[in-house]
Amino acid sequence: MYRYDEYDQAAVDARVEEFRDQVNRRISGAMSEDQFKPLRLMNGLYLQLHAYMLRVAVPYGTLDGRQMHMLAHIARKYDKGYGHFTTRQNIQYNWIKLDQAADILAELATVEMHAIQTSGNCIRNISSDQFAGAAADEVEDPRPWAELLRQWSTFHPEFSYLPRKFKIAVIGADQDRAAMRLHDIGLQLYRNDAGEVGFRLFAGGGMGRTPMIAPVIRDWLPKQDLLSYVEACLRVYNRHGRRDNIYKARIKILVHEIGAAEYARQVEEEWAHVKTLGLDPPAAEFERIAAFFAPPAYEAGVPDTVDLSDPDFRLWVDQNVSAHKQPGYAVVTISLKPREGIPGDASADQIDVMADLAERYAHNELRVTHAQNIVLPHTPKRDLYAIWQALDAAGLATPNLDLISDIIACPGLDYCALANARSIPLAQKIAGRFADLDRQRDLGEIKLKISGGINACGHHHAGHIGILGVDRKGEENYQLLFGGSGAEDASLAKIVGPGFSEDGVVDAIEKATDVYLANRTEGERFLDTYRRVGMAPFKEAIYG
Amino acid sequence: MGDPDQSDLGGEPRLRFRDDEPHEEPAVTLDAFFGQTNATAVRLESDEDARALIPHIGQLALVEVAFPTFRDGRGYSAARILREAGYTGELRAQGDVLVDQIPLMRRCGFDAFAPQADIDRKALDRALGRQPYASQKAADAAVPVWRRRHG
Ligand code: SF4
Repeated sequence: MYRYDEYDQAAVDARVEEFRDQVNRRISGAMSEDQFKPLRLMNGLYLQLHAYMLRVAVPYGTLDGRQMHMLAHIARKYDKGYGHFTTRQNIQYNWIKLDQAADILAELATVEMHAIQTSGNCIRNISSDQFAGAAADEVEDPRPWAELLRQWSTFHPEFSYLPRKFKIAVIGADQDRAAMRLHDIGLQLYRNDAGEVGFRLFAGGGMGRTPMIAPVIRDWLPKQDLLSYVEACLRVYNRHGRRDNIYKARIKILVHEIGAAEYARQVEEEWAHVKTLGLDPPAAEFERIAAFFAPPAYEAGVPDTVDLSDPDFRLWVDQNVSAHKQPGYAVVTISLKPREGIPGDASADQIDVMADLAERYAHNELRVTHAQNIVLPHTPKRDLYAIWQALDAAGLATPNLDLISDIIACPGLDYCALANARSIPLAQKIAGRFADLDRQRDLGEIKLKISGGINACGHHHAGHIGILGVDRKGEENYQLLFGGSGAEDASLAKIVGPGFSEDGVVDAIEKATDVYLANRTEGERFLDTYRRVGMAPFKEAIYG
Repeated sequence: MGDPDQSDLGGEPRLRFRDDEPHEEPAVTLDAFFGQTNATAVRLESDEDARALIPHIGQLALVEVAFPTFRDGRGYSAARILREAGYTGELRAQGDVLVDQIPLMRRCGFDAFAPQADIDRKALDRALGRQPYASQKAADAAVPVWRRRHG
């Protein structure tokens, strides 16, 4: 894991003092709320329906036990004893007081954490593959590049007042676990025919009210040119992105309106100039950062087999444990989607339990996934049973990874000022309807994603089954969508038909799963069957 | 440097980080500039292309970049483009320019400011002195952290 040096620490410490100063100027009246708003947003502080919400950055979703314990401490001391892990691979606290926000940032700074640029029209927290460094299918660990981008984008003087927010994802495998092509810029490390590793760069993806899958802008980008090239991408966007309408201000609209080829041409022209400015760090800096992400000190000779005689344990291993590239090791995903729970929520005690397990068994590392779960990336198989028992005792052993009850849901109308409808109670209803685990396992992988409003924080466009909350004449109403994917087979979900009440949408999903069961062929997931047979049979069963 | 108590003298910069004398000639619009070959001061609106000035930077002593609202960040790119092209004259940010934007503007190459509302000079001094290091190379003299790390 990356560790701060004196320069990184100084930047974060200075930021805390800056924010304290800004809050004081706001409270004294020297600054208007309109002037203060972008400043607090760039420190992750939102004004929600009931209180301030603070979004803390977990850069590329990676953190250690000490940092995880700090998140628990903040939940206890400044919130109501829990935190909410989000689709941005971050954590949000929903009950924050303005006059305590700077103190929280100061506490975070003691463990090399911050809330810098977790909101606002700037370059946001960089996202990445939650299995980075552990996945068997990985070409290279993408996180050194994510860290490089984090440092470059921090307080970027030219790109702090962009037309709109800007999200970058970096992955290093063929399998896309980070919804990379639904980001403003997506970067994929791959090996070319000459055996070198470099980037393929995508730009113009995003969700929101006009979802787009990012097209390729540059098929091959040498690693050492990453920063100058991304700088050129951003400059073209900052100058030419629309500023007349916030719903058309994301880079996806620019790329769509002028076309990917024309955008790429402008970027190349800009880069020809930018490349000469000496913005790219020397190889020594890449190596310095990469050294922090060296593989952990794996134990030699740990057994590669697991005793699965306990049936409940076996179920959990089957569902929530994935292959690791190192023999004797496994990747554990801790589901934050217990029955009746709130997707992504964890209590302070649960956060401490996960931190302890990482420290004790799993090379002191954790990841936050965009599906709102937590990963222990480097776990000896020998310790899986002990880990499972500890998780089970803490209510964290739900064996439902990627099943229909592993629902992504945004905070919705229970918290969010921009919401049209609630998403949490709906997620709970759906999980309740499909409570039977055998039934869930029979249905197999179904990625169900719920957004309470048009901003699509719940990634409904990328759901095998997506749900969008809308406001219909003052009533909460839900649109149902099928066929989305945020993975390497990225696609955007399509609306099935007229919307439903909360109960109606649960019934409709159940009917859709019946259609799937009746039509599937061997090995087909819900998504595959839908893609093969099309919308018609589903529509007929639901509305017929 | 500009006197913080100085009142707004109609476009005169109120904050100046240059040692030379303030430029006397009023800035003309980009259209007027191209119609009048000997102008030495020009004003760039936020939707105008800074690159159009590059062939003429040798004759320019003042470029004023408009910030109609502090949320409009195009002027940051305009400033860098001009500095990267070698422009050394006064680069002035005019309009909705606020305390917490000025440190970023300085890094993009602005060296004079004509904010439309009063600036609290003490708050500005604190803001300008805040960050000891720069994470990235920009248009100012700040040394990026990666160069400090590796010499
Ligand atoms: S999708 Fe809408 S309701 Fe949900 S968190 Fe985002 S803005 Fe709020």
